[in-house]
Amino acid sequence: MKLGDLSPSAIRRRLRGDGLCLRTGPFNYRIRSPIDSVASGLGLLYEQVPLVDDSEYIDFTITMARGRGLRRWFRPQVRFEVDGETPFEPLPEDHAYPMLEWAMNWCVSTQAHQYLLLHSAVIERDGRAVIMPAPPGSGKSTLCAALIHRGWRLMSDELALINPFDGRLVALARPVSLKNESLDVIQRFEPSAVLNTPVGETFKGKVSHMKVPEWHLSRIHETASARWVVFPQYQAGAEARLEPRPKADSLLELAQNAFNYSLLGPSGFRTLGDLVDRSDCYRFTYSKLEQAMAVFERLRLDAQTSGGDTGHGHAGSDKVPPPGRADDGNSP
Amino acid sequence: MTHPDLLSRLWASPQPPSWTHRQWEIAVGQARRTRLLARLGFHFTDRGWMPLVPARPAAYLGTGILAAERQHREVHWELDRIEAALSGIDTPIVVLKGAAYVLAGLPAARGRLFSDIDIMVSRERLNEAENALLAAGWAQQPHDDYDDQYYRRWSHELPPLKHVQRGTVLDLHHTITQPTSRFQVEGRRLLERALPARPGGRLLVLAPEDMVLHSVVHLMQEGELDTGLRDLLDIRDLVVDFSRQADFWPKLLDRASELRLQIPLSHALVQLHRLFGLTWPTELDSQVAQLDPRRVGGPLMARLLTAALRPHHPTCDTAWSDAARLALYVRSHYLRMPVRLVVPHLIRKAFRRLKPKTS
Repeated sequence: MKLGDLSPSAIRRRLRGDGLCLRTGPFNYRIRSPIDSVASGLGLLYEQVPLVDDSEYIDFTITMARGRGLRRWFRPQVRFEVDGETPFEPLPEDHAYPMLEWAMNWCVSTQAHQYLLLHSAVIERDGRAVIMPAPPGSGKSTLCAALIHRGWRLMSDELALINPFDGRLVALARPVSLKNESLDVIQRFEPSAVLNTPVGETFKGKVSHMKVPEWHLSRIHETASARWVVFPQYQAGAEARLEPRPKADSLLELAQNAFNYSLLGPSGFRTLGDLVDRSDCYRFTYSKLEQAMAVFERLRLDAQTSGGDTGHGHAGSDKVPPPGRADDGNSP
Repeated sequence: MTHPDLLSRLWASPQPPSWTHRQWEIAVGQARRTRLLARLGFHFTDRGWMPLVPARPAAYLGTGILAAERQHREVHWELDRIEAALSGIDTPIVVLKGAAYVLAGLPAARGRLFSDIDIMVSRERLNEAENALLAAGWAQQPHDDYDDQYYRRWSHELPPLKHVQRGTVLDLHHTITQPTSRFQVEGRRLLERALPARPGGRLLVLAPEDMVLHSVVHLMQEGELDTGLRDLLDIRDLVVDFSRQADFWPKLLDRASELRLQIPLSHALVQLHRLFGLTWPTELDSQVAQLDPRRVGGPLMARLLTAALRPHHPTCDTAWSDAARLALYVRSHYLRMPVRLVVPHLIRKAFRRLKPKTS
């Protein structure tokens, strides 16, 4: 059963009750909230996302609660609560939806150390993945949003999940976060793109989230092998330019972009080292999306002719043993 | 919905729990809240129970252990840096609480997670030590004049220092309880008994009886019982480990009298017995009863602590546990400061909470 099978009022009822349970890739979430914009955002963006039966293990229970005391009525606020704690400061209530997406990312990036976690977009084609790590403002999400409407499959917009046991990338396929000008850029580039009502004046500016087209979700179980690492940089007026970047330097930047590289210790180093060894690394400057599409298409065609490892995904990431279990409690 | 506290009863149970997925979720959530996730992981691995754990919660127990191991590596490095920073200061350096358990390799360190490192120096050298740490890269965190005054005038520690590069937080103490407290302890008396953490090293840890008493007084006086269960487990592990020395229990009871910490110790023993079945040599029963001879607040404290030591998690919070926590919070301040100081202090804190944060 998918979220879209529920009526808007049934979604609201679950959110106000014991929670709405969703599966996004390897993680199950239980979401609770009395706030209507949370219900409508989820209804729009997660329409094709499967609901999880309550008897399954739910990784994270997230509450987007109303502000306390006077803040329920006077300039109402939204509070993100998880496990009885409030990790962030409350925000104005109309930020509830983007805050939910941040909260969902936060849970993964602070807890899911069974994966090496990079702050990065990941897209895939023919079993080969592009890792696009970048700081905010680099145009990573815009580029990612455009590419996934031109044949590339979205694995993740914010978080690269790498399984340290086999080095393979696991898909999350959550909505793509877009900010400020990119909202119009993407809407012009792909008029069929579905965007949630934008929220203005967050600390990131105007933000919205783009729905992931259905075929990406139906292939969410397919893992992929990294083939390219591309550090994108939007630069107004620039012609698209793809320049090789040294591997050692790329490795260091990826490590800085990781949420848990040092936590994983030697296993993090090995996983990242292997990934960089297997990948061509580039710096990519662009301003026009159509040019960027052509550059990525060429990368794909070159990889097809040169062969190399494809590796179509194995389903069922659940079965992969998690790191750090039982017997290796004493390993460094 | 019932309010299951799955975590508290686990530690003394000889049988592995047979939890459903939903119960595992609750247990992992409660363990995250009480900073016991790694501890829970080790509890299962040490007993060979991991094969009984479903894959998803097992993954989180594993990641908890990874996080603890990383922190322990960092604690060793951090202590090394602290020792270097204070090399020119003529003071004993006593490592306290979690970092001390790690440094001394005590069983209580297993799966212990940290938010900061606590050290104690002699009161006369406190300012010099602070300056040496500032020179070595630790910095004051932004706080207002009131907080600064509060710490320097009334507290047993300075405002927390944060390392500018590593982001680690250090609390610099000159004793273990607030000088204004009902249970004041002169740091000097603890320093006299402190022992080298390792042969030949300069870093010290408190003597076993003092280490236990510090942990006890911290739990009973800190006011924030969010990690109360974790703190109580620390005490159990310390006591069980030190009990292998024949004279530990008499020493602990004597020392409690010397430092006038009998009442907090008495409250802690009640809880240790209730939750973990901890016992002491029977010949000491009368001495243990003498810790709190009048038993004025005993039964009430036992009830408050029983409620407040439940994990502070939505799955097991009740109106009563919230009320008990509030009562203990107020009580902790009342114990730490005379009324003429504590009332303005709490009013000030309450008002500040209403103001929006500027950051």
